[in-house]
Amino acid sequence: MPKVMMKVNGAEAAADVEGRTLLSTYLRDLIGLTGTHVGCDTSQCGACVVLVDGQPVKSCTAFAADLEGAEVTTVEGMTNPDGSLGVIQKAFQDYHGLQCGFCTPGMVMSTAALLAENPKPSEEEIRHYLEGNICRCTGYQNIVRAVMAASGQDAGALAAE
Amino acid sequence: MPKDDGIGASVKRREDTRFLTGNGRYTDDINLRGQTYVHFLRSDVAHGKINGIDTSAAEAMPGVLKIFTSADFESAGGIPCGWQVTDKHGQPMQEPKHPILAEGKVRHVGDPIAAVVAETYEQARDAAEAIDLDIEELEPVVDMVKALEDGAPKVHDDLTSNLCYDWGFVEENKDAVNEAFGKAAHVVSLELTNNRLVANPMEPRVAVGDYDPWGDTHTLYTTSQNPHVIRLLMGAFVLSIPEHKLRVVAPDVGGGFGSKIYHYAEEAFCTYAAKVIKRPVKWTSTRSEAFISDAHGRDHKTKIELALDADHNFMAIRTETYANMGAYLSTFAPSIPTWLHGTLMAGNYKTPLIYVNVKAVFTNTVPVDAYRGAGRPEATFQIERLVDKAARELGVDPVELRRKNFIKPEEFPYQTPVAVVYDTGNYHATMDKMLELADYANFEARRAESAKNGKLRGFGIAHYIEACGIAPSNLVGQLGARAGLYESASVRVNATGSISVYTGSHSHGQGHETTFAQVVADMIGVDANSIEIHHGDTSNTPMGMGTYGSRSLAVGGSAIVRATNKVIDKAKKIAAHLLEAAPEDIELKDGKFSVAGTDKSVDWSGVTLAAYVPHNYPLEDLEPGLEETAFYDPSNFTYPSGAYGCEIELDPETGKIDILRFIAADDFGNIVNPMIVEGQVHGGLAQGIGQALLENCVYDENGQLLSGSYMDYAMPRADDVRGFTVDHSCVTPCTHNPLGVKGCGEAGAIGSPPAVVNAAIDALHRAGHTHVKHIDMPLTPSRVWAAMNG
Repeated sequence: MPKVMMKVNGAEAAADVEGRTLLSTYLRDLIGLTGTHVGCDTSQCGACVVLVDGQPVKSCTAFAADLEGAEVTTVEGMTNPDGSLGVIQKAFQDYHGLQCGFCTPGMVMSTAALLAENPKPSEEEIRHYLEGNICRCTGYQNIVRAVMAASGQDAGALAAE
Repeated sequence: MPKDDGIGASVKRREDTRFLTGNGRYTDDINLRGQTYVHFLRSDVAHGKINGIDTSAAEAMPGVLKIFTSADFESAGGIPCGWQVTDKHGQPMQEPKHPILAEGKVRHVGDPIAAVVAETYEQARDAAEAIDLDIEELEPVVDMVKALEDGAPKVHDDLTSNLCYDWGFVEENKDAVNEAFGKAAHVVSLELTNNRLVANPMEPRVAVGDYDPWGDTHTLYTTSQNPHVIRLLMGAFVLSIPEHKLRVVAPDVGGGFGSKIYHYAEEAFCTYAAKVIKRPVKWTSTRSEAFISDAHGRDHKTKIELALDADHNFMAIRTETYANMGAYLSTFAPSIPTWLHGTLMAGNYKTPLIYVNVKAVFTNTVPVDAYRGAGRPEATFQIERLVDKAARELGVDPVELRRKNFIKPEEFPYQTPVAVVYDTGNYHATMDKMLELADYANFEARRAESAKNGKLRGFGIAHYIEACGIAPSNLVGQLGARAGLYESASVRVNATGSISVYTGSHSHGQGHETTFAQVVADMIGVDANSIEIHHGDTSNTPMGMGTYGSRSLAVGGSAIVRATNKVIDKAKKIAAHLLEAAPEDIELKDGKFSVAGTDKSVDWSGVTLAAYVPHNYPLEDLEPGLEETAFYDPSNFTYPSGAYGCEIELDPETGKIDILRFIAADDFGNIVNPMIVEGQVHGGLAQGIGQALLENCVYDENGQLLSGSYMDYAMPRADDVRGFTVDHSCVTPCTHNPLGVKGCGEAGAIGSPPAVVNAAIDALHRAGHTHVKHIDMPLTPSRVWAAMNG
């Protein structure tokens, strides 16, 4: 089996993979980063979203063997250097944007990708962007608030209609 | 003002830090040394006779350790059902065996036939493909009504028919109800379907079985809402393992919504197989597997009728419901269409006579059990759709018809004709609050504005009653429950004053680690950060019943209050000794014990240290230490209620419905953490709106599941649900638990579906489409368009 090396959250990682080994399996089972979750098998739920070279990727749909040398960021890499919650993570806690926590890693990573390309998204833009991430607990309203807050906007100002 | 971390404060959740940093410990994150993997070969036909299973080729595949079939489980019991319903003739329900692996027949798509244990997942799956199955396909029964026809194929050959039970409630009232219909000035009727749903917590189910041969002890790590119940059912009824040799751990669990209450075959399999293989055995469900193996929810077909007198007072309600059980009885399945549904058929109204008939039916589909709300959404949907239809047919305001028939605030406690006593409520107040927040007075202006844009605007109302914290145990035992419904707590005060609380409740998103700490912090007056909440492990928590039915705070919280009160009572005795005063003169405030009327005091940690270093201590009268356990068995349900208002815009060109605003005015009694309560309501609303507009579990006539993935089963997404306003300022505290709390977990999913459908019918009628009396959920654009143009 070929060895695939990546830079994950700034650290070198290496593991032997089969051709069919998914990036999510590489992260969870081979290098032990279980923060990335797998919630479906049809690339629909988004719990497994990570950043690959800055782009959001559903890690259950990418082959590890294709990603030699890639720079990967997972939810474990989103804290501040001192280990405290990063801006997006803090906003999710402050606005109760998570309940069971299972979809949360994907939500945080998709939010990071959104804010990288659109630093001040509107409610509509947030809702549209997060359509690829399913949450069964929160009803999304507090997730939208958290993303507003993480982008420095007024989280209370969600439109009634 | 609430203390900043006590009862009533929106304390941020402490569990979030591990969830947000990838440090949660979910069952699939657990990997044990020497672990093996199991893949279940499942039936791809709905009904069939197993003529042969040839595993020889598969056994020779790389990495395969053992292939199990039903022959390996001859000494094991079936998966038990936890509730026996008695039918209208006084006979027990028909209760078929539910084997761990299919015996002789397969009865639904997804029924497990064989299990391959191998060194890796991939090897197990590859080998499963090499198993040669000889299955003779039989005609399936999928439709509930057809399943009861003479000559219908039988799901279970050893039962007399596909009828599980025919239940009448209250059977003695049946004649009086029929008589009332004979005298009624108006009769309004409605036939409806409560669509079948799949709970879909985002974390699929996982089980890891482990066995220690030196101690002959089993450990099961599982995605469960109630690990003690799993230990009891699996240990006592399936595998004959005594409790002291069986530990069940439900660590961080990624949502449940009911689907993780039940004891599933895969749990028993992994526990058993670990002993056979002599290595840990792990199973992780895929989402596709979850759709055909997790218990489904709802799936009722109902005819309901309402009799009214000439003044529009409700006289009687009569219903006939078919409830799908699926192929086997899941743990609590028989109780859902009966005791959790029939007892709520009074709604918020004074209807003196009610008769509920339920026929529970076996079909060749996945077992059906409780899903968020469980019986109460089905009751509420019927009542609130029917009351709305009555208002329309009688030409009266739907708000006024409800108000006229509401139980009045001064009429509590209120005995309904369906066995339960509502302790408190103020339905007029919640209705008024909802209409105010919805700006209902200006609806017409908004409607006119929508009409200018070619859109049909409608406003739908629903008022729900819920019953949470089902109890007391001796009553539910008479009703057929095979379990108690108390909750437990141990409060262990440590020597330096910090506190470890062990609860039988289980958190899978509800935030118990935060809220339960708030309760104890408030009672003792110490910093909540000095309190840790432990749950989910049968080895360190007292026997508890877990979390479902919105019971955690009302029942589990009450157990914590009781145990904490015991701790405080003992601590006061210790303080009295230290302060040389009488225990009855000791007051506890802000974490300090003082002698009433003096300046003598000792702080919390002074007392706790004395308890564990008892040098100056009344050893002859009092044991050292400070740790107490309590079990709380409620005397009644709690009865949350609320008014929901849904404002929609409907596009007449496409039939598409957009929710513009959704107002929830709930009465949950007292509230510990408003932020968490609001979050619970949001989530419930999304699931209820999902049921009303999007979600549908569909089987074809061959029993094939057509909606078996997120490509086909429409989960609500961020763009689908919006505009929630949640209010819980109307408070009538529960009268029979120490916190005065009611439960908030399911309300949103109970009250919202009828509000959405009523809004759609309202929009259509205001636009002149008065021929549309009802549309079955989900109200997809095609269904709405077809109804409009039909």
